Amino acid sequence: MKKKTLSLLLTLLLCVALVGVLFLLQGSASDYLLRIARLCAINLVLALAMNLINGFTGIFSLGQAGFMAIGAYATALLTIPAAKKQMMFMIAPLVKPLDALTLPFGMALVIGGLMAAALAFLIGLPCLRLRGDYLAIATLGFSEIIRVIITNMQNVTNGAQGLKSIPANANIWWCYGVALVVIVFMGLFTTSSYGQALKSIREDEIAAESMGVGLFRHKMLAFVLSAFLAAVGGGLLASYNGTIGPDMFRVTQTYNVLMIVVMGGMGSISGSVVAAFIVTIGQEYLRVLDGPITIGAFHTDGVSGMRMVVFSVLLLVVIVFFRNGLFGTKEVTWTSIGRRLKSLSGRGKEGMQA
Amino acid sequence: MKPHVLDVSHATMQFGGLIAVNDLCMVIDDEEIVSLIGPNGAGKTTAFNMITGMYKPTSGIVSLNNHDITGQRPDRIAAQGIARTFQNIRLFKALTVEENVSIAQHLRLKSGWPAATLRTPRYRREVTLMKRHTEELLEYMGLSEQRNEVAGSLPYGMQRKLEIARALATGPSMLLLDEPAAGMNPSEAEELKSLILGVRDGFHIAVLLIEHHMDVVMGLSDRIYVLNYGNLIASGTPKEIQKNEDVIAAYLGVDEDDA
Repeated sequence: MKKKTLSLLLTLLLCVALVGVLFLLQGSASDYLLRIARLCAINLVLALAMNLINGFTGIFSLGQAGFMAIGAYATALLTIPAAKKQMMFMIAPLVKPLDALTLPFGMALVIGGLMAAALAFLIGLPCLRLRGDYLAIATLGFSEIIRVIITNMQNVTNGAQGLKSIPANANIWWCYGVALVVIVFMGLFTTSSYGQALKSIREDEIAAESMGVGLFRHKMLAFVLSAFLAAVGGGLLASYNGTIGPDMFRVTQTYNVLMIVVMGGMGSISGSVVAAFIVTIGQEYLRVLDGPITIGAFHTDGVSGMRMVVFSVLLLVVIVFFRNGLFGTKEVTWTSIGRRLKSLSGRGKEGMQA
Repeated sequence: MKPHVLDVSHATMQFGGLIAVNDLCMVIDDEEIVSLIGPNGAGKTTAFNMITGMYKPTSGIVSLNNHDITGQRPDRIAAQGIARTFQNIRLFKALTVEENVSIAQHLRLKSGWPAATLRTPRYRREVTLMKRHTEELLEYMGLSEQRNEVAGSLPYGMQRKLEIARALATGPSMLLLDEPAAGMNPSEAEELKSLILGVRDGFHIAVLLIEHHMDVVMGLSDRIYVLNYGNLIASGTPKEIQKNEDVIAAYLGVDEDDA
C-alpha cells in the first residue's frame, strides 16, 4: 500500500512539474517553439490511439486517417463562427442546422469522437471478421472512402476547398490536457482486465477464444475506442492548423502516426509518448536538410523531402537495433525506475569496492 | 438420473470429400476420466475441436450438462464450462504467468470496460477475488514462484502445467487435454498422471484426454474410446480395450497371412 501512495505522490509531482514547464514555455518560448510543443502533444494522442488497436490488440488497422478526418471536420464545423462559414461555402451553402451552430471546443471534440466511434462500429462489422493483411487493406480502403466522401460532400465539408478560419482553440493547455487524459485513460484501460484480454488476443487468438475471450466483441471495443481517440486527435490537429482539407487525410497521415507507434514500441504507452516527441521534434529540426546543402564539391539547391529520406534511415536504424521499437511492450513506471536506480547504485558500490 | 456432463451424439465432421469424424457417439459423466485414442490422423483433435466449438459439426449434437452447445462460438462454450489445452502449447507467451491465468477469468467479469477503467469498487472486488483464485491455482500447480515470469521463458514441463492452470481458471465442469504428456519422459509422465487425478478430485470435474502415452492412458482412464479413420472402433474400460482385436489391428496392422 505504501508503495502505491508513493507512486501516486510522484505522479502528482510530475504533473505539477509538467504544468510548471508548460507555464514557462508559454511565458518565454517563441511561437515557433510553442507550435512544436503543441504538435508533440497532438501526435502523442494520435499515436496512443493507434497503439491501442495496432499495438495492444495486434490488429493491423490502417484506417486512422479516416477517423482523424471525421474528428477534424466535426470539430471545425462545430467551432467556426456562423458568419465565417457563410463566407466560406461559396459553391454550395452549408446545410442546416450546421450553418448557424457553434459549440464550445471541448464539446466539439467529443462529438467528433463519438461520430468516428459510431462509424468505426459500422466499418468494424465487416472488417474485424478479416485477419492480417486483408484487414489492413480493408481498413485502408474505408479510410480512403471517407476521404472521397468528404471531398464530394460540397454542402457539408466545402469539398476540395476545405475549411478555413478554424478558431485556434488548441492552445498548449488544451493539447497537453487532452494528452494527459488520454495517457491516464490508456494506462488504466490497458492494465484492466479488458486490456489484458486485448493483449491475449494479440498473443494468440485461438487460445484467447478458447479461454472465453469473445474475439469480435473485444476487437470491436478496441477499434471503436481507438477511432474515438483518433478523432479527438484529429480535432486538435484541425484547430492547431487553422485550415483543413481532404488532402490532409491521405494514407500518408496514417503512416506518419504508424512510424511513431513502431518506433516507440507496439504495445507500450511510454514508447508512444517518447517517440511522439522524438519524431515531431526530429521532423522539425531536420528541415535544414530540405534546404541548400554544400558538402565539399557537392552542392544541391535543396531537395524538398530530403529530411524524410533521412528520417526513414533513422527509423530503419531503430528497427534494426531495437527490433520491437525503443520500448517493446515495456512501460516506464515508478517501480521500474526505482529498480533501475537501485541496480545502478549497486553497481556503483561494487565499482568502488573493486 | 444425473445427466451426462458431455454427450456427443452422432457427430460428423466433413471437410469437402474427407470425413474426418464419422458418426461419433460418446458420453462422459461427472468426475470421470475418459481417453480418446487412435493412430495419427484418426480424428481425435477434430473431435476435440467439434466439442470446443472451433469447428461446427456437419451433423450431430454436442450437449453439455443437457444443454445443446453444438456449433456455438468457442468463447461461449468456454463460459458454459468446457476448458481445454492444446496439442502444441498455446500460451500467451509474452505475458506473465499470472496474467495468463487471470485472463482466463475475464469471462466471469461482470463489470463493463468503463467501470474497469475507472476501477470502481465493484470491479476492484472482482479483481481481488480473481487474484486470490489465480494465487490458489498457481500454488496448486507449483508455479507460485514463477508468477512474474514471462510464460514463454518457462521450461516445457512448466508450460504444460501453466496451460492446465489457465484452463482450470475458467471454472470448467469439464477439462479437455490434448496430448498433455507429449514430449515428457516417463518420470514426468508419472507426475502428470497424479496431477490429473488430483485435478479431477480437487476440482470435481470430468476430464477428457487425447494421449499417445499408453502408460498414462491405461493408468488414468475410467473408460477409453478408440477412433480409427474417423470411426469409433471400440469403447470400454482399459482392460477391455487392451484385449480388443480391432484396436490391436488398428495400432499394429493386420498380418495379411493371418487374415
